Amino acid sequence: MASLAASPTHASAASTSEQTGLWSWLTTVDHKRIGMLYLYTALFYLLVGGLEALVLRTQLAKPNMGLISAETYNQVFTMHGTTMIFLVVMPLSAAFFNYLIPLQIGARDVAFPRLNAFSYWVYALGGLFITLPIFFGVAPNGGWFGYAPLSGPTYGGGFNMDFWVLGLQILGISSLAAAFNFITTIINLRAPGMTLMRMPMFTWMSFVVQFMVVLAFPVVTAALFFLQFDRFFGTHFYEVAAGGDPLLWQHLFWVFGHPEVYILILPAFGLVSEVLPTHSRKPLFGYNVMAYSGIMIGFLGFGVWAHHMFAVGMGPVADSIFSVATMLIGIPTGVKIFNWIATMYGGSLRFPVSMKFAIGLVAMFTIGGISGVMHASPPSDLQQTDTYFVVAHFHYVLYGGAMLGIFAGLYHYFPKITGRFMSERLGEWHFWLNFIGLNLTFFPMHFSGMLGMPRRIYTYDAGQGWDLFNLMSTSGTYMLLIAGLIFAYNFFTSRRNGALASNDPWGAPTLEWSIPSPPPEYNFAQIPEVTSRYPMWDLKAPDRMAGIKHTHADAAVIAEAHAVPVHEETERRTAQELGIPMPFPTIKPFMVALGIVILFSGLIVMHAGNFPLAMATMLGGAAFMVGSLYAWLTSPLE
Amino acid sequence: MSTAATAGAHEAHEHTHYTTTGLHHRKIAMWAFIGSECMLFGSLITTYLVYKGRSVAGPFPHEAWTSPDGKAFPAILDIPVTSASTFVLLMSSLFMVLALAAVENKGKPGYEGRLGSSKFWLAATAAAGATFLGFQAFEFTSFVHHGLTIKTNLFGSSFFTLTGFHGAHVAVGVLWLMTMLFIDIKRGLGPKDALNVDIMALYWHFVDVVWIAIFTLVYLIK
Repeated sequence: MASLAASPTHASAASTSEQTGLWSWLTTVDHKRIGMLYLYTALFYLLVGGLEALVLRTQLAKPNMGLISAETYNQVFTMHGTTMIFLVVMPLSAAFFNYLIPLQIGARDVAFPRLNAFSYWVYALGGLFITLPIFFGVAPNGGWFGYAPLSGPTYGGGFNMDFWVLGLQILGISSLAAAFNFITTIINLRAPGMTLMRMPMFTWMSFVVQFMVVLAFPVVTAALFFLQFDRFFGTHFYEVAAGGDPLLWQHLFWVFGHPEVYILILPAFGLVSEVLPTHSRKPLFGYNVMAYSGIMIGFLGFGVWAHHMFAVGMGPVADSIFSVATMLIGIPTGVKIFNWIATMYGGSLRFPVSMKFAIGLVAMFTIGGISGVMHASPPSDLQQTDTYFVVAHFHYVLYGGAMLGIFAGLYHYFPKITGRFMSERLGEWHFWLNFIGLNLTFFPMHFSGMLGMPRRIYTYDAGQGWDLFNLMSTSGTYMLLIAGLIFAYNFFTSRRNGALASNDPWGAPTLEWSIPSPPPEYNFAQIPEVTSRYPMWDLKAPDRMAGIKHTHADAAVIAEAHAVPVHEETERRTAQELGIPMPFPTIKPFMVALGIVILFSGLIVMHAGNFPLAMATMLGGAAFMVGSLYAWLTSPLE
Repeated sequence: MSTAATAGAHEAHEHTHYTTTGLHHRKIAMWAFIGSECMLFGSLITTYLVYKGRSVAGPFPHEAWTSPDGKAFPAILDIPVTSASTFVLLMSSLFMVLALAAVENKGKPGYEGRLGSSKFWLAATAAAGATFLGFQAFEFTSFVHHGLTIKTNLFGSSFFTLTGFHGAHVAVGVLWLMTMLFIDIKRGLGPKDALNVDIMALYWHFVDVVWIAIFTLVYLIK
C-alpha cells in the first residue's frame, strides 16, 4: 500500500473550502455534500433495519419463543422490509449517484442542484414519517408489499398502514425528482468527448435505473392513491363486496415492485464494474455488452411482474408468458456475471477489501440468481411461494448482491470522498465476518423453506425439522451485527485517522480519479476533454489501452490529445479564485419538502377524527409548500 | 501556472452554460416528467377500463338503472356537455401555440396588436382552462345530484379518481399560466423567456392529449 500513499500536502488543504454547521447542511446544494447526507442517513437506517432483523431472528431462534407478540412481529417485519428497501438500499445507491455521477462525467454539479437538495429532504422527512410510529406501537404491519385487502380499511383499520401508504407516497416523490435530475444530468452534462459508450459503467447502470424509476414509480403512486382513497375517502378500489379486485393491487404493485428490484441491484452492478477492472488492471471485458445487458435488464424488468403472483392462479397462458420472460431476464444477468469473470481472467489481480466485496457480489448474487430462475417455473414456484426459500433467494440478491456491491463501492470510493483510506485490516474482518455471516444466516433458509416453513410467522412448534436451521440463521445474524459494528468503527475512525490517499490511490481508469481527494467544491477546475473510455489509463497505463477506441486513430495524436486536457489536478484553489460561479445555498428545497410532509400528515389527523384540524393542517401544508416553491423558483440559482 | 489559471477561469465561465446536447436542462427534465405522467395516467385509465362494468350497483355511465328499492337513476355521462368542454380544452392548446409564438417573435412584424400579444393569448389559454374546470365542476355537481359520488360504486370511485386527477393537472396548468401572465404584465415576456413558456406549453399540451384519451375511452366508448 505504501506506493499508494500521498504526499500530505493534499489532505492539509483538503478542508479549506469545507463549510460546517447545521445550517450549512440544511441549505447545501453541493451534490457531494448531498451525497454525504444520503450516505449518513442511509447508514443510520441500515442500523435501524439491522436491529429490526436482529429482533426478528432472536424471536425465531428457538421454537415458541416469547420475545415479542405476533402484532409486534408484524410491525417489525414490515418495517424491516420497508426500511431496507426504501430507506437503506435505494438511498445508498442515491448517495453514489449524487457523489459519483457528476465526477464520472466531468461535470461541476448535477443539472438541478436545488431539486437535488429537495429530493434528499423529502427522503429524510419521509423516512422519519414512516419510521417514528414504531415508538408508539402503530408502525405499519401489513408487509412491505402492503397487499390489499389487508392494507385496506376493513382489515387494516388502525393508523399503522396509514403511515405506510402516505410514507411511500412521500418517498416516491423523492425518487422521481432525483430521477428527472439524473436523467438530465447524464444526458446533458457529459464533458466534451464523453459519448454514451465512453461513460463509466456505474454511470451507465445509474442511467438505466433512473428510467426505471421514472416508469415504475408512477404505477405504485396510482396504486397507493387508490389505497389511500379506499382508506380515507370511502372508495371501493380493492373491496370485493363492491366488485373491486385485490388482484388489481398485486398487479399494480408488482409492475412497480419487480423493476424496483433491478433499481436496487443495478447500481451495485455498476459499482463492481468499476472495482473489478481497476483491481484486475484490465479494461472491463465486453463493455458494450455490459451496457446493453443493463438496458436489456431494465427493459425486461417491466415484463416479469406476475411471477410474483403465480400462486393466485392466473391460468396457464399468463403463467407461461411470465415464466418465459423471467427466464429470459437470466440471460443479460448471466452475461454480466461471465463478463466480470472474464474481466478478472488474465488480469494482474490485487485484492484490497473492495475487490473482495466485488468478487463476493459475483459469487453470492449468482446463488440468488439461480434460485431466482427456479422461481421462474410455476410448478416449482408453487412449492416455494411464501416459504423461507423465497426469503433465502431475495436476501442472496439483496444482501449478497446489492449490499456487498455497495460495500465494495464504499471501500473503493472512501479515499476519494474523504482523502483517507479505510483500515484494510478491519476491512478484512468486516468482509470475512460478513461473508460467513450472510451464508450462515441465509443459506439454511433454503432448507427451512424447502421443509415448509412459511414466511412471516412469528413463532413455530418444535419437531418440524426447522429448529437447527433457524438457530443457524439467528447465529449468522449476530455475526452480521458484529461485522456491521466493525464497519461502523472503521468508517468513522478512518475519516479522521486513516492513511492519506492521493488523487488516484487505486490506479483507476475514470475521470473522478483525476481530481483531488476529497474533490474541491467545483470538482473540475477545467472541464476535461475526453478522448477515450479510460482517460486516466491513457495518461498512466497506455499499455492497457490496446483495442480501446479513441477519438483519433493515430497513436501519436492520442498521446498528445489525451495527455493535455485530462491532467491530474493537484492544486486546490477556491471557486472564487478560479471564477467558477457556484449555486447559492438555500433553505427553500427543505421548506417545500416540509410542506409536503405536513400536507400528508393532515390525513393522519383526519383518520384521528378531527376534521377541522385535518383541513387546517392540509391547507397549511399546501400553502407552505406552494409559497416556498414560488420563493424557490423566483430566486436565482447562482 | 498563472496564465493557465486565467485561461481556466475564462473557460470555466464559458462552460457554465455548456450542455452536451445543446438542449436546455429543463426541457429534458420536462420530457422525463411527462414520461412518468404517462405511466400515472396509464395506470389510472387502465384501472377505469378494467373495472368497467364491474360495479355491483348503479348508477352506471351509459345506461339508466333502477335500484332494488325502485328509485330510477339516469345514465350518468352527458356526452354533448362534455364534448363542449372538450372543444374548449382543445382550443386552449391552439391559444397556447399562439402565446408561445407571440413570446418568441415579440416585436417582429406580424406580431402587433391584440392578436400578436402574448398577454392576450396567455389570458385566453388560462380562461379556456378555467372554463374546462368550470364544466368539470358543473359535471361533478350534477353527477352527485344524480346519485353518484366517489363512494357510491366502483364506477364512481374509478371515474372521479381518473377525471379528478386530470382536473387537478389542469388546475396546476391554469395556475402556471396565470403566473406567467402576471410576469408578462409586470415586465413583459420576450424571446429570452421563450424556453419557460415552451416548457409550460409542453405540459399544457400533454394534459390536453391525456384528456383526448380519457374522453374517448371513458365517454365515447360504451
